[in-house]
Amino acid sequence: MSSILGKVLRVNLSTGAIATEALSAELSKAYIGGRGLAGKMLADEIPAGIDALSEENKLFFVTGPLTGTAAPTGGRYMVVTKSPLNNVIASSNSGGFWGAELKFAGYDVVIVEGKAKEPVYIAIKDDEVEIRPADKLWGKKSNETTDMLLEEFGDPKARVLNIGPAGENLSRIACIINDRWRAAGRSGVGAVMGSKNLKAIVVRGSQKVEAADPDKFKAVVSDAIKKIKENGVTGQGLPAYGTAVLVNIINESGIFPTNNFQEGVFPLAEEISGEALAEKYLKKKDPCFRCPIACGRYCEVDGEGGGGPEYETLWAYGSDCGVSDLKAIIKANNVCNEIGVDTISAGATIAAAMELVQRGYIKPEEVTGPALTWGNAEAIVEWTKKMADTEGLGAKMAMGSARLTEAYGAPELSMAVKKLELPAYDPRGLAGHGLQYATANRGGCHVRGYMVSPEILGVPEKLDRFAIDGKAEWVKIFQDITAAIDSAGICLFTSFAIGAQEYADLLTAATGIAYSAEDVLAAGERCFNVERMFNLAEGYSIADDTLPKRLLEDPMPDGPTKGYVHPLKEMLPKYYEVRGWDAQGIPTEEKKKALGL
Amino acid sequence: MQVTVKLFATLRTNRFKVKVLDYSSGTTILDVARDLDIPKEELALTLVNGISVEVDHEIRDGDTLSLFPPVGGG
Ligand code: SF4
Repeated sequence: MSSILGKVLRVNLSTGAIATEALSAELSKAYIGGRGLAGKMLADEIPAGIDALSEENKLFFVTGPLTGTAAPTGGRYMVVTKSPLNNVIASSNSGGFWGAELKFAGYDVVIVEGKAKEPVYIAIKDDEVEIRPADKLWGKKSNETTDMLLEEFGDPKARVLNIGPAGENLSRIACIINDRWRAAGRSGVGAVMGSKNLKAIVVRGSQKVEAADPDKFKAVVSDAIKKIKENGVTGQGLPAYGTAVLVNIINESGIFPTNNFQEGVFPLAEEISGEALAEKYLKKKDPCFRCPIACGRYCEVDGEGGGGPEYETLWAYGSDCGVSDLKAIIKANNVCNEIGVDTISAGATIAAAMELVQRGYIKPEEVTGPALTWGNAEAIVEWTKKMADTEGLGAKMAMGSARLTEAYGAPELSMAVKKLELPAYDPRGLAGHGLQYATANRGGCHVRGYMVSPEILGVPEKLDRFAIDGKAEWVKIFQDITAAIDSAGICLFTSFAIGAQEYADLLTAATGIAYSAEDVLAAGERCFNVERMFNLAEGYSIADDTLPKRLLEDPMPDGPTKGYVHPLKEMLPKYYEVRGWDAQGIPTEEKKKALGL
Repeated sequence: MQVTVKLFATLRTNRFKVKVLDYSSGTTILDVARDLDIPKEELALTLVNGISVEVDHEIRDGDTLSLFPPVGGG
């Protein structure tokens, strides 16, 4: 027995072929599973240079060895594909229950290939797998799609993963939703589903996922849960306020991007804070599968409920658009989940549109809806709805801020790295975190090496947030351990409380493969390098390891971070050296050999 | 001297959000916490004018003090 089932389901939508195959034991061991395993398989299976929205691209829905087990937060899965937003390797993580259910149905991975002629969905009930017509579902939003599918499937306990109208329209910021409001959010993965005419995957399983050494596994799981419960962040902070508690901390530090990163302090932050959310709109906690942390929120406004909003969403639709109306942010968040767009990219793209208006690039007559002016609460809700449109300014926004600002001849107003919109931390006050933005393989992302943890939260230790020394080493280790966690099938938030040794113990007991803490980090590093090589083959180079010009050249105008720019140029050479890459950011032969690549 | 004290998350319970308080010179963050009945273990993050400092840091007239319990997110 092992918590790795060893089974891959491959569905070809062009031919209708459905097949199962054995998962390579060698790859499982070297890459753990999840992001690492699927990244390696994708890189091996698709040639460089293909159109991400063509039949040739493939979609991997991949679990990890801990998905579906009793391990704390063991409900995660990854969507791995070539991104239609920026042509890099995309890996979007989501929680909820869908990933665990896929394991219960007997699969580690589902690979979807080709393109269906008409809209379809895939139904999985243990060994019975079918491609079914989805013409009635096409055009429907997430909740309605879920309701209709559960009814048609005839089992209320089934789990649904779907795209909304945005994914159908090939919006480059479309996400994949599962369990109604959990999202594999970033990199436009929803558009890849849309391009294949795949509306949804419903799954129901009846098997248990067994650990290789059940007694040992029980012991290491209870040890991990104990540490999570005892830790201040995972035992108190996140359960009480969710991720939204960060609003005030980041704002007080003067790195809370405001009005599309023109400022770093939002005077009205208190109104959109985690504290305000808990006081006014929080109905209940909404934890993912087997999660003792339960950071997920469920909020209601005007009788309408939904999951979230997360910190990132409060920021993207809040201060980044100058909006302090919490109710409007919750509504915009619900619209995102319904039409299937990433809340970070959607909010940040509206912010970019507001700056395009501020600077006169977008003419008033084009704004066929609420004025795109800073602080307009109505605008954030209505323009999000318009991102499901197929023409007009809403449709242009649905392509993301990079394409939007380029269309108006002002690409410098897109606050993105490799076209992926930056999240809610201004790197001018976070040297390490900025380096991580510039080098994350999927582009401007915070959850691929969360340096905010040591630079602001003091976990695992407090670092001077402006200092450069030692940061390259920190970023490398954070990126590698994150890749390993993303490969294991559990939530990154566990890492506030447990480390490489605990992950190694969990994986060893679950899989029967002996992992040391070093093996876990090496698997993460292997994953990171495979992704880097995928991107290099797509034509990316060190010129793309950068930040928006504003953050490199314009000193922060006010607040506790006043006067700082990000010192990226001074940091990159050291980072490449620490990574074992040459001066062109290419992994050296030595490094590849050491990692077995 | 006058110091603005801001409390966040659970530290607000039975206390306040923001207050301007009077302290004598030489007061440290730990003294303020003691004065407000905040146990040291509950102080995870202490900012003075937006910059992280240790709890034995002496505050000065006009400072803004932001105190947080252990919190995190992403
Ligand atoms: S910590 Fe939050 S996001 Fe992570 S598994 Fe738990 S509820 Fe889901």
